[in-house]
Order: sequence, then C-alpha cells, then structure tokens
Amino acid sequence: MPALGADMTAGRLITWLKQPGDTVRRGEIIAEVDTDKGVIEVEVFTSGVVDKLLVEPGTKVPVGTPLAVIREAEGAPAAAVPTPSPRAPEGRARVSPVARALAAELAVDLANVHGTGPEGAITLDDVRQAAGKAGEAVGRGERMRQAIAAAVTRSKREIPHYYIGHTIDLGPASAWLAEQNRDRPVARRLLHSVLLVKAVAASLHDFPELNARWVEGRVAPAADINVGLAISLKGGGLVAPALHNADRQGLDDLMAATLDLVQRARAGTLRSSELSDPTITVTILGDRGVDTVYGVIYPPQVAIVGFGTVVEGPWVVEGRVVARPLVRATLAADHRVSDGHRGAAFLAAVARRLAEPARL
Amino acid sequence: MTADELRQGVLAALREIAPEADLGRLAPDAPIRDQLDIDSIDFMRLLINISEKLHVDVPEADYPQVASLNGLVKYLGDRLVA
Repeated sequence: MPALGADMTAGRLITWLKQPGDTVRRGEIIAEVDTDKGVIEVEVFTSGVVDKLLVEPGTKVPVGTPLAVIREAEGAPAAAVPTPSPRAPEGRARVSPVARALAAELAVDLANVHGTGPEGAITLDDVRQAAGKAGEAVGRGERMRQAIAAAVTRSKREIPHYYIGHTIDLGPASAWLAEQNRDRPVARRLLHSVLLVKAVAASLHDFPELNARWVEGRVAPAADINVGLAISLKGGGLVAPALHNADRQGLDDLMAATLDLVQRARAGTLRSSELSDPTITVTILGDRGVDTVYGVIYPPQVAIVGFGTVVEGPWVVEGRVVARPLVRATLAADHRVSDGHRGAAFLAAVARRLAEPARL
Repeated sequence: MTADELRQGVLAALREIAPEADLGRLAPDAPIRDQLDIDSIDFMRLLINISEKLHVDVPEADYPQVASLNGLVKYLGDRLVA
C-alpha cells in the first residue's frame, strides 16, 4: 500500500485491474485503492509479470503492506508492490469471506482486528466488535478533514515556518498572455496560474534547498521538480497532487496537465505517484479575491509558495506611477533548511522569470 | 436551437463542472462563478465543454458578457444566429 502523503496510514483495496500472469509496465495502473483523498489509481513501479495478488478487494491494509508480487521480465526474483514496511503483517490474516465482506461494509481495518476463531481467524463477531470500538462511521469528507488536520498539526508542531512576500508586476506576463490567447481556441488557452507554476518550477533549479524533503532529521534535496498544485475539492477539503517535472514542461503541456489534474482531482481519480511525488507545493487563491496567502508546509516538504489575486494597482516605472496588474507572491519555508535571505532571493528569481514570459 | 434548449445545454454543461450544485437556485442574472464557486480552471472547462457541444468559441474579450446564465444563453444565441 503506497504512502500517498504524510497523513495517510492505511488504504482499502477496491479492485485489481491486473491478474496473475498479466504483463505490466512501470507506471501502468494495477489497482484502485480507497483513501481519505478519494479513489486512487495505484501505479506499478517495476515492469514484469504479475506473480501473485496478496490483498483481496475490500481489505484495508496499513501503508507499506505488500499488495502484489511482480516477477521481473528476466525471471528474476519477484518484487513486492510496494516494498514491505515493518508494520506489514507476515502472513495474510485468516478471515472468512463473510467477515471480510462485513469489514468492508463497516469500514473496519482488518489489520487491526484480533481474531478469536480457529488459529486466530477473524470471525463475524470480531468484525462487529471492532466496528463498535471504532465508533460511528465517518464519511469521506470527515475523514479527509481529519487527515488534513493531522498533516497541518504535524506541520505546525514540527516545522519552524518563516514567511516572506514579494509583490510582482505581472504587466509583461498579462500582456503576453492576452496576445497568446487572442487567436487560440478556448481549449488551447493559457491561464495565469500556469505561468506562475512554471516560473516557480524553473526558479527552483537555483534553490535546491526549497525543493526537498525533511527526512529523519536531515534535508534531502529532490532529484525532480514535482510541483504539488493545491486543488480545492467541491465537497470540502483539498489535495495537492504533483505536476511532474514542471520545470521541463512547456507551457502548453503544463496547461493541459493542469486541466487534467484538476478534473481528476475533483472526480476522485488521481494516481498514486501524483500524491506521493510532490517536492514543493504551490497554492493559488486568486479566484477568491485574497491578496496574500500564508501557506502551511505539507510535510515532509520544506516549502510552499502562495499567490493571491492578480489586481490592478499603482506601480512605479521610471519615476512615474502607473497602473499595473500585480500579484502578491509568498513563501512559507522550513527555517531548519533555508533562511529568509535565500527565500527572498528565490521570490526575486520568480519575479524575474515572470518579467520575461516568452522565455518560460 | 431555441433559447430554452440553449439554457438546458448550458445547465447540462454546468452540471458536469459542478455536480454538487443545486442549479435550480441559480440566480440567472448574477455571476455564475461566484454562485457555484467555480474557479478559472473550471470556468475554462465549462467553455471548452460548450465549444465542443455548440461549436461556439468564446474569446477572452467576451468573458464579461457570459458571466451570468442569462448572459451566456443570450451570447450563445446571438452567435449561433450570426
């Protein structure tokens, strides 16, 4: 069971999309898993042949539990999907089919149920008792709220945030965007948000300490720049799935990827790598009229960049006050990893890139 | 296509973007985005959907005209007649 964010502890396997004997390629969807963030498509991380499925549909297992065994193409020893964790059970619990079905219905985590049947088998009564202990069932919205609460509480408890802001003149970017969009059909138009994401991603090359993870007391710079885009969900809550390699994508590709990501996030069909891979988060709250965003870092990331609404305001150009479209960019970053001086230089770099949109 | 058919088409497109919304309570002359909490990406998806179904492409310069349900229906009607 892949870890799809710092706040995830377990997931319920809904269905297998591959069967033993099927050939799979790295990145292919092999299963669907129900999590607090919705139904997530689990990608296989190695190419080969499905040797064995270890978890039955309807079963909730802790993060790190192997879900399947993939035999690599050369017939080499099989790789488990995903890698085992210390929390993973050594063997599959003995559960009667009817008890398993009831557990799925009542959202009971079988991994945490003590079996009282023969050889420790989990019985119907064991499931009913566990369901009673768990209290009343909570809906997905509430579970997501709880997951967000856990993540942000951990963030505020463990990460010493610092905050800085920089007002950016978006005049050149807005003019360039209008020019670009004038002759494009609506499906191929670009939004401000894509320029902002690209400017952040491209600037991170010179600030690897902001594109990193804090793991076991040390900073670990990330190899790729995967921007987690904060997306509000219609029923409440939010997710921040990855725009993979955002620094290397052209604006058209990044726009298409953003449209696709937002649509799938709101439809509840994200992929596992999109939730596990972000290396920094960008949150854009311009649609709701705020001018400044003070972000909360999503652990184990070490920075979040925020953008407010693009508003027309006074700006001094060559000694004269002129009206310009302005946006307030903010950075909340982990003070264990970087300091305000570097953070300020990073925001200045973002502003410079936005001043030359044609080079994005 | 009648105005009523256009309105139903727009409402169907809105339903795809905001399936949780109670479109029966949509004030026809007030901004759609504010009422349905539609962001710029969902608004773009709405216009893409309309473009695919009605073959009317709304230029950015005309966005103020299509902010409300009535405005959007009238705009599409005028464009389809023209």
